[in-house]
Formats: sequence, structure tokens, C-alpha cells
Amino acid sequence: MTTTKGNPRFSSVGTRPVRHDGYDKVTGKALYGADVELPGLIHGKVLRSPHAHARIISIDISEAVKVPEVQAIITNQNFPAHKDEAVSETPGPAINLKQQTANILAGDKALYKGHAIAAVAASSLHAAEEALALINVKYEVLPHTSTVEDAIQKDAPLLHEQYQNNIASHDVLELGDVEAGFAQADLIVEREFRTSTVHQGYIEPHSATGWWTPNNKISIWGSSQGHFQIRDRTSLVLGVPVSDIKVIPMEIGGGFGGKTTIYLEPIAALLSKMTGHPVKITMSRSEVLEATGPTSGSYMKVKLGATKEGKITSAYADLKFEAGAYPGSPVGAASNCIFTPYDIENIRIDGYDIVNNKPKTTAYRAPGAPIGSFAAETLIDELAEKIGMDPLDLRIINGAKQGTTRASGISNPVIGGIETFQATKDHVHYQSKKPTPKTGRGVAAGFWINGSGAACAVANVNFNGTINLTIGSMDIGGLRPAAAQHVAEVLGIPVESINPQVGDTETVGYTSMTGGSGGAFKTGWASYEAAQDVKRQMLERAAEVWEASLDDIKLENGFFIHSHDSELKMSFKELAGHLPDTGGPVVGRANLDPRGPGSAFATHVVDIEVDTETGKVTILRYTAAQDAGTAIHPSYVEGQIQGGVVQGIGWALNEEYFMDEFGGMTNSSLLDYRMPTSLDLPMIEALIVEVPNPLHPYGVRGVGEVPIVPPLAAIANAIYDAIGVRMTELPMNPAAVRKAISGG
Amino acid sequence: MDSHLTSDRVDMDDNETTTKFIVNGREYSLKIDNRYTLLDILRDHLRLTGAKKGCDLGECGACTVLLDGKVVNSCQILAARIKDKDIRTVEGLSQSETLHPLQLAFIENDGGQCGYCTPGFIMAAYPLFESEEELSTEEIKLSLAGNLCRCNAYGSIIDSVAYALEIKTNE
Ligand code: FES
Ligand code: FES
Repeated sequence: MTTTKGNPRFSSVGTRPVRHDGYDKVTGKALYGADVELPGLIHGKVLRSPHAHARIISIDISEAVKVPEVQAIITNQNFPAHKDEAVSETPGPAINLKQQTANILAGDKALYKGHAIAAVAASSLHAAEEALALINVKYEVLPHTSTVEDAIQKDAPLLHEQYQNNIASHDVLELGDVEAGFAQADLIVEREFRTSTVHQGYIEPHSATGWWTPNNKISIWGSSQGHFQIRDRTSLVLGVPVSDIKVIPMEIGGGFGGKTTIYLEPIAALLSKMTGHPVKITMSRSEVLEATGPTSGSYMKVKLGATKEGKITSAYADLKFEAGAYPGSPVGAASNCIFTPYDIENIRIDGYDIVNNKPKTTAYRAPGAPIGSFAAETLIDELAEKIGMDPLDLRIINGAKQGTTRASGISNPVIGGIETFQATKDHVHYQSKKPTPKTGRGVAAGFWINGSGAACAVANVNFNGTINLTIGSMDIGGLRPAAAQHVAEVLGIPVESINPQVGDTETVGYTSMTGGSGGAFKTGWASYEAAQDVKRQMLERAAEVWEASLDDIKLENGFFIHSHDSELKMSFKELAGHLPDTGGPVVGRANLDPRGPGSAFATHVVDIEVDTETGKVTILRYTAAQDAGTAIHPSYVEGQIQGGVVQGIGWALNEEYFMDEFGGMTNSSLLDYRMPTSLDLPMIEALIVEVPNPLHPYGVRGVGEVPIVPPLAAIANAIYDAIGVRMTELPMNPAAVRKAISGG
Repeated sequence: MDSHLTSDRVDMDDNETTTKFIVNGREYSLKIDNRYTLLDILRDHLRLTGAKKGCDLGECGACTVLLDGKVVNSCQILAARIKDKDIRTVEGLSQSETLHPLQLAFIENDGGQCGYCTPGFIMAAYPLFESEEELSTEEIKLSLAGNLCRCNAYGSIIDSVAYALEIKTNE
């Protein structure tokens, strides 16, 4: 673990200051999406489909509008009509607006149980609920399909006419010649894998408040991972210019990828337009589970070939990922990640994006990568076993390096993959004997691409030497302090004298969402540049105060000094006091679109025990090594690693969507959708490896996502080590493990 | 009470009874819709939004408050049950400028990431802080097992509570 002393190369970077938002969060003052209160606020509620697949014949609201206090009811018809094609009118991926809008309020068909059909605004929540019950929807129930394997059958019901066999896309990545590669192999391992649909599981349900004023300006309050993205998408769906929409970011109670799109925002805005009141809509827990998120269930067939010395010669993957109701599973990202920890000359990956009657999938922490990795890393383990090699040694000899070509054809930049294999191998955990003969130990590696995007920051210097720092990235895991640390590092001032905050869409420049593990990378960098801008201007002010030449003045450890006159020395704070009489305020500003957020590699080792009677798997010890580039705030890096690992553990052992015969989710509560509690876990040791990213001023790499990638396979490999059975389906819950033990 | 929901409509509904109760030392006498839960009363009527609604089903602990000193999920307490009760929420933990040791401990040990679960965990840990017994990590874990944290800050949450208990013993 990185020492608490900080990084010797830096003053602020690498230290662990307390969170600027800590006080608000422990006193209940921090305001999240549902905490919004406005004058005249009324409430919205959404009617949802009870059917997994049904044609909507008619929606009769005549009784519902009679409920006193009901002020407006809308359906899909109230939105502008959109073309059924992908458009790229805003930064970020192209979106099909017809589908996006129909996911917000269904068009001619309901495509999953929980699909929004209509929305009511009323002056009380109870009245809104009463009205929902009185909306009369006539459905023609259609046959449904809820797995990828069913969805591609010839006689499967089609969700959308244009996607034959429910296959929305099929993309191939190819490198070298897989057949030739398998011909060179002494040994081939091949298996089928299945994973179930899982949810991001943030504890804060979605909430949005919209206020459409008569001058056609819209304000939206809500929690999301990217308020600019929320603004842009809402603008497209409503056909209102972005300049007329302001999104005010509230604190976010967890997102993990799931709060990167819109569900309630356009509804709240439209209901507000119709009623003249601000309208707040908050989802219930079952709405969250049935109609937002999740990430794909999958079917995979993966094959690896290697020489008897352990060199992998060829890799093949057939990845069939569930997109849910509309195209857009993370199969592309999974294809890009599945074999990337390794240097393999011959690769082919077939990635299928398949629609079925489940909620439209949304990003979930390293989208797609854990799924593919579950398959690939299980097979790597099997190869090592068959060859009779240590599984980490096998990874080390095949490890990807700088310059290794990935399946996508991209050549690796500076990466720390092998470093994490080695760090794990050298760690006391891996070196230690297994605590009991019954203990199983497993390892697995993982890769995540990391993304970036535009970012802006503004640093306002107060005359008392403090700085108000406004950033455009939503803070989902400690970004405010990390951004402040960048500024503190440049200016040599204490991080406590910086007050970081997230600006709304009108107070800071366009900033892409906090996703792809890019938040600290891009907004850290923007904060760094804003601080550099402050520094330049402050140097000029010092020159003015001293009537000296600019070239003679330096900023060192928070003091402005004159190179030739040691008498001339001023702290940052003293100089700030001179700002009013040397030209007024200093504002540092940065607007950039940095590339190269570095690639993220992780290697995990886990010890488990299996209760062979009940099938229950208990995690005994977990160590997660990860290349963080440079850890700005090591506690937050550790927090991200631990958080990702635990979500991976939940995914591996318990979490899944149970669908009934009618295609609806039956476990849409937190009791039945079982996420890990404090009792399920040992301490997870985060082992930070630092291979600085040369493309960032301080060497930062994205860290938030990759820790969720290795746990699925690491645990499966540990179970194999314990009981000698390869688990190829998730979750590996007690029933599944018992079944595997009994040979079923 | 600035909420439209309460102030405008309070007298029109027959589902309502006047209820007296204490929150954070202050006495209230309110006409309350019987269908309301304590969580709704706190959040919508009193505008105390520290307690969060993560599930409304008693499954996440984000709404944890103290009812006559006992840890409860406020989303599971109906209005009728708060008559004459003494309720404490996270907003009432620190009456002065100084934070409660538990709050300080959560700041110092970074006992949360997004912070959504934090008020619930702090309130769930409160009786541990008040108790005279010495508690092991396992016992702390057990007492907090009803609270979910999806950021999985469990390690630092347990550390925070243990740290607060330690400060108390050393004082
Ligand atoms: S909101 Fe009360 S337990 Fe979840
Ligand atoms: S800190 Fe986010 S849910 Fe606990």
C-alpha cells in the first residue's frame, strides 16, 4: 500500500486530505436529487407496463384526469416525433432519438416489465398514485424473450422489425490468423459461459425536478454522472436548444455508470410546462431495478490455444450480449478488453448486440469487461493448470507491454500490466500458505480502456489567498478534493485553502461526464491548467508590486520570490491581498479536451472457502493490485479499488435478475436482489502500483472501473482450486455451487 | 413548513390526525396524513432530508433514525407510531459547532464515498457509541449489517465507528 506520507515527487499529490464535502455528508446537509424543494413544487409519478412485451392499443386518461389535484398527464405522444436513426448532434456517442424517447415513455410497444407508459403530475404524491391506477391502457400481450440464447432463435418474437433475429449488430475484431494460431498450439481449452443480468445498485434512486418557465427556459435538478450530457439529451428529446436548458447537479448517491442517461428529466420538464409548476419525480426501488440500468446478461464461447511452454498462440471469443429493449450493450467494450492483458498474435472476437425484453442496459463500471474477463481468465487458469505452470507466471510470460498490438489494432502506450502480475506474485498474500487445506486460492487479471473527454475548470482567487475552484465534472468518488490537490500542487498552497465545487451547466464550460474512469484524469488536468493560469497572472502581479521584471520572479513552495533580491518574498496569501490595488481579481481558466487517460490493469488474488454441504462460498482474504499511474489521493484510489472488488464479488456470488414465466423481474427489491453487506466481506487490501501515465502532467490514470473486472474469474478460479469444479455460469450462488459439486 | 404539499392541503384530508412528537429536542404538533411514514414526515414536512429514502421497504438502512433511543428504519414507522415519541436524526447529532465524535470519525476516516448511506450508518452506530460495552470489529459489523453501502465503503465505515469508540474510551 502507498504510504500515508505521500509521494516524494510531490507536495500535495499523494497525500490524503479530508474531503471538502465531508462536513455536509456527515451532518445531513448534503443535498441529493430527491432533496430538492422549490416554491409550488408538485409531484410526478410514472405508470409502468406490467407486461414484458405488449402492443399498446390505447391509453385512456379520461378517468384519471378527474382525480382532484391531478394537473397533467402525458404519454409518448406529447414528445416531438423523432426519426428512427442514430444521430450525433452532441458530443458523445450517436443516439437514436426515437428509441431514446420511447425508453422514456413507450411508443407503440412496451418492451419490458416496468417500461414507462404515461406520467402524471399532481399536487400530492398520493393523488398522482391514485390517478395512475385510473389510467386505462389496452395492451395486446405479445410473446417475450428474456435471454440472449432465446432471443436469437428463429421463432423468437422480434422486438423491433429492423433487427433480424433480434441481433442489432455483429462486429468482428481480428488480428493475425486464429486458425493458424490454434494449429501451432499444443493445447487448446474451450468452454461456454453464461452470466446473468445485474444492476449497478446505487442506493440513491433516480430523481429529477424540472421547471419550465413561460419564457421557455428549463431548469433541471438531479443527480447524474454528467449534467452536460443530461442537458444535451434532454434538449434532443424535447427539441429545445441546449442554451435554454440549465442542469443543476445535486450530490450523487452512487452511479457506477447507471446515471449517465436520462429517464425522468424530459418527463419532469414537460409536466412542468403543462402545469406551470416545478415537478419532481423520484423512482421507487422497484422502478430503479425494473426500468434503469442494468448490465447485460451474456452467453459466451471462448477458446485459447498455447504451446506447452505456456505461450498463448491464439484466442477466439464469441460474445453474445444482451442489450435489453434497445440496442447498445457493452459488447464492443468487452471485445476491446477481453484479451488485452496479453500479447497474443492471433485473435478473433465476434461481438453480438442482442435485444430482448429486459430494461435497456446502461453502463456499469468497466462496461462489458468483467463479463468477457470471466470467461477468458477462467480459461487462462485452466491453461496454467494443464501446463503445470503457476498462473501468474503464465500471465507474466504472456503479458502485454508497451507496443503490444491489441485486438482492436491499437498499440499499447506505457502500461503497468506485467507490473501488477509481479506485484501480486511478490505480495505476502500470494506468497503465504493457504490457511487451511480446504481453502481455495484464485487469481485473475483485468483490463479497462479508460476514457476521457472535454473538461473545464475555473479558479477564482479570493483576496485572502483562498481559491474557489469550479469544476465541470460530477464528483462521484472524491473528485473535488483530487481536483483541489492538483491546484495545491501547482501553487504550493494548502489544499484546505481551496474550495472545490461542481458548477452547473451555465457556470462552467462544457465538461464530458464522469465516466470511463476519466474524471480525475481530465478534470484534474483542467484544474492543473487553471492553476497554471493563476500562477502566470500572480507572477505578473508580483512583478507589478515589486516593480520588478517578470523574468526575475518565481513561485516556490507557495512563495513568490525574486531571483536576485532575497528581501523580496511574498506568500501566495500576501500577494492575493495586493490584487485589489494591482488590477483586481485573478481568475484562472482552463478548457481542454485531453487524450490518453492511460490504460488500467489490475490483478487480484482471493482466498475462499466452500461449504460443500450448503454450497456457500465465503471470501477469506482478498488482495487487489492495480496500476494507478500516480495516485493523487491514495485513500480514494483504495476506495475505488475496494468498491469495485465488492461489486465484483456481489456479481460473482449473488446478484442476478430472476425473471418469471411472463418475462418480468421478480426480485426487484433489495432484499431479493442481494448485494453484499458488511458481513459478507473480509478486509480487501488495495495494492497500488504506480506506473505514471506520461500523457498526464502528474501521471494520473483512470482508476475507478478496472477493479470490478477480475473478481468474477478470480473467485471462480478459487472455487476450482477448492473443490475441483469449473464454474462457468454466474452467479455462483449456493444452489449453483451445490449443483456443480454433485456433478449436475 | 414551506412545502406546498403540507401547508396548502393540510385541512382538506380526512386521513389526518394531529400528532405530537419531538424531533431533535424540538416539539412538534402536526396534522399528519396517516398514510405517511416517519421518513416522509421528516423529509417532506420538517424538511429534514438527512435521512434518505433508498428503498422505502426497510431493506437498506439509509433512513435510519432513533426512536426513543432505538435504531429504526424510519420508512417502516407509520405516523401513528410516533405519537409522543422522541426522535433523533443526523441533523440533531451535533447541537453546537462541534460535531459529534461519530461525525468527526466519519470525516477523518473517510467513512463514505458518495455519502448517501452515511447518515444512516452514523445513526445506526449511535447506540454503539452510547453503550458502555467494549465492542469487537465483528460486533460492530453485526450492528451495521442492516445498512447497505453500494460504494462499498464498509471497511472505512467500520474503521470510522471503531475510531469514534476509541476516542470515547481514551477521553
Ligand atoms: S429507505 Fe428505509 S430501509 Fe431503505
Ligand atoms: S458511500 Fe455511497 S452508498 Fe455508501
